[in-house]
Amino acid sequence: MGRTGAQVLVDTLVEEGVEVVFGFPGGSVLGIYDALPRAAIKHVLVRHEQGAVHAADGYARVTGKTGVCIATSGPGATNLVTGLATAYMDSVPLVAITGQTSRRLLGRDSFQEADITGITMPITKHNYLVKNPDDLPRVLKEAFHIASTGRPGPVLVDVPKDVAALEVRASTPREVFLPGYKPVYEGHPVQIGEIAKAIRSSRRPLMLVGGGVIRSGASVEALRLAERCEIPVSTTLMGLGAIPSDHPLYLGMPGMHGTAYANTALGECDLLIGLGVRFDDRVTGKIDCFAANARIIHVDIDPAEIGKNVRVDIPVVGDVKNVLSRLLGLVTPAQRPEWIQRIECMKRSRPLTYSRKGLLKPQYIIEELGRLTRGEAVIVTDVGQHQMWTAQYYPFRHPRSFLSSGGLGTMGYGLPAAIGAQVGLPDKQVVLVTGDGSFQMNVQELATAVSLGVPVKVVLMNNGYLGMVRQWQELFCNGRYVATKLEGNPDFVKLAEAYGATGIKVTDEAGVRPALEHALETEGLVLLDFRVAPEENVFPLVPAEQPLSNMIGGD
Amino acid sequence: MKHTIVATVVNHPGVLARVAGLFGRRGFNIESIAVGVTEVQDISRMTIVVDADEAMCEQITKQLNKLIDVIRVRTLPETDSVARELLLVKVAVDPRNRSEILETVSIFRASIIDVSRTSMIIEMTGDEDKINAFVNLIRPHGIKELARTGKIAMARGERAIAADAEECLRAV
Repeated sequence: MGRTGAQVLVDTLVEEGVEVVFGFPGGSVLGIYDALPRAAIKHVLVRHEQGAVHAADGYARVTGKTGVCIATSGPGATNLVTGLATAYMDSVPLVAITGQTSRRLLGRDSFQEADITGITMPITKHNYLVKNPDDLPRVLKEAFHIASTGRPGPVLVDVPKDVAALEVRASTPREVFLPGYKPVYEGHPVQIGEIAKAIRSSRRPLMLVGGGVIRSGASVEALRLAERCEIPVSTTLMGLGAIPSDHPLYLGMPGMHGTAYANTALGECDLLIGLGVRFDDRVTGKIDCFAANARIIHVDIDPAEIGKNVRVDIPVVGDVKNVLSRLLGLVTPAQRPEWIQRIECMKRSRPLTYSRKGLLKPQYIIEELGRLTRGEAVIVTDVGQHQMWTAQYYPFRHPRSFLSSGGLGTMGYGLPAAIGAQVGLPDKQVVLVTGDGSFQMNVQELATAVSLGVPVKVVLMNNGYLGMVRQWQELFCNGRYVATKLEGNPDFVKLAEAYGATGIKVTDEAGVRPALEHALETEGLVLLDFRVAPEENVFPLVPAEQPLSNMIGGD
Repeated sequence: MKHTIVATVVNHPGVLARVAGLFGRRGFNIESIAVGVTEVQDISRMTIVVDADEAMCEQITKQLNKLIDVIRVRTLPETDSVARELLLVKVAVDPRNRSEILETVSIFRASIIDVSRTSMIIEMTGDEDKINAFVNLIRPHGIKELARTGKIAMARGERAIAADAEECLRAV
């Protein structure tokens, strides 16, 4: 007998250069797990399938390679859903392999059967249910191709148990053939020429750099364009790290919790150069008032992003790196002393600020972390206030050094993603910044981390609240706190210790630096339980769907 | 405004679900959708009529193009394309209205494909306006059952959509 479906699957992983898979076994993937030892692929056993998909996501975001996770049929597969949606929103290349009940049981509500291709249709770039064993080699090759090319995204391959057990006669095709899938990498030269012209004639240009710049590896080109034409740069949450945060042209993040100067610059610029961004509502605020005085250039690899949310004057479909490289050949050095002076003035008059008075401030912890790691760490966050403070106050220096669920806003993303990131970059310092709400959503992955020995440092902003929701209740519901106080939080130090990790409690400013230093020097996972000011708010704040000029706080 | 979109798709299982799901979750309104095989094996053609403004129509086209199983998407120009629909309608018939119905059928070049003592089934093809006009004339007689296929359409002239797809497949 030739190879079984399971063996073909494992061999294909090897051919695709997969070094590690994150997964959780079960009945329908028994055969696949049985075949795993035939290859030198590392398998990371998580404690919940959501951990597997987030870990694969974290691995993919730091390495740029395609992350792979495996789950069994039914609940195993449905537990991947949040992670797939997370990866889809943030354009992360993933291949998810799910087991499925045998073909003769399909459609009969069999034990652990779920229509996972139906369920994940809107949250995957593509998916497959493999009904014929001979399709498996082609499907797997296509899956990796689709996940990693064009605008990256997750692809799910659903493999019935009997398909994995049967003999596969077909061999892997040398090339993929997908007549309906032809990503455009080269930007149209005429359009690129138009960008150059627009930059030349602009007096107040502004670059808005998004996750697409990081995904395409175009940080160097983006910075070069900014410097050559003296264009101030703002990066979205997903673009953090694309531009060194201490660069004089850097404006920080725009939008709901953006800097006052980035938001003001968006209002005052006469040319907005959007690079690998999708003009999310958290960035634009009220869409009619967004960049109201500017012509808008939009460069993106996904044609459907162009014109989706904002009107665009110069659209360019293509890979950002490619487009920028060409553009750099067309632009001439320029100086804009007036505009730069105006930006400098805005930066000085309305800097990001917080008061250190009173209880321990989370912003201070992020700043200390930044000083100690000199912006060189890989920072992973969960979702909420701590995420925004990290985005605001950590001095990012490198692309692929900030991992966060930007589009979907998935609480519980952080710990498994940090594990995945550390597996991908074993020699890097990986720090998870999280909150007591988010952390408990996938806290079971502490076991995965400890068993792997990954030295992730956990900075837990413990305020006893679901802080971001509490902040909204304070500001928008007249302070009526409903279901946001986290009664019954565990002792996180003891919890860490129970898993065999190190836990340290910190309650005041004086303790922050020594604790961080100690954690960074200690082997293995260390959890720092920072008891922070419970009712500290994230400012500035632009309320949802308001113009970016309607900022609350931050003065 | 109504737009007619033609998409050639690879005949994989679930491709209709992908297209229909896309319209549902993005809030695009489908007036009609007609699916059938083309001259090329493994390739189907969908004719989708949507009610949308220009910007939304462009989004629909782009989102359709993002589906891996969708090979080509074209919006047909209103003036320079032909569109047809097939109608089957079962009408209540008695001796008093029989001749009037027959006359209407004849005027519209429709045909009667089934007759019983109290009903007949009428078949007709035509563009939307013609079918609507016919249905309106027949309605007072009592429509017992009505089915329409939804529009299928093609641009006039030499340029063809599915032929392109065939070239794609020939490259295998």
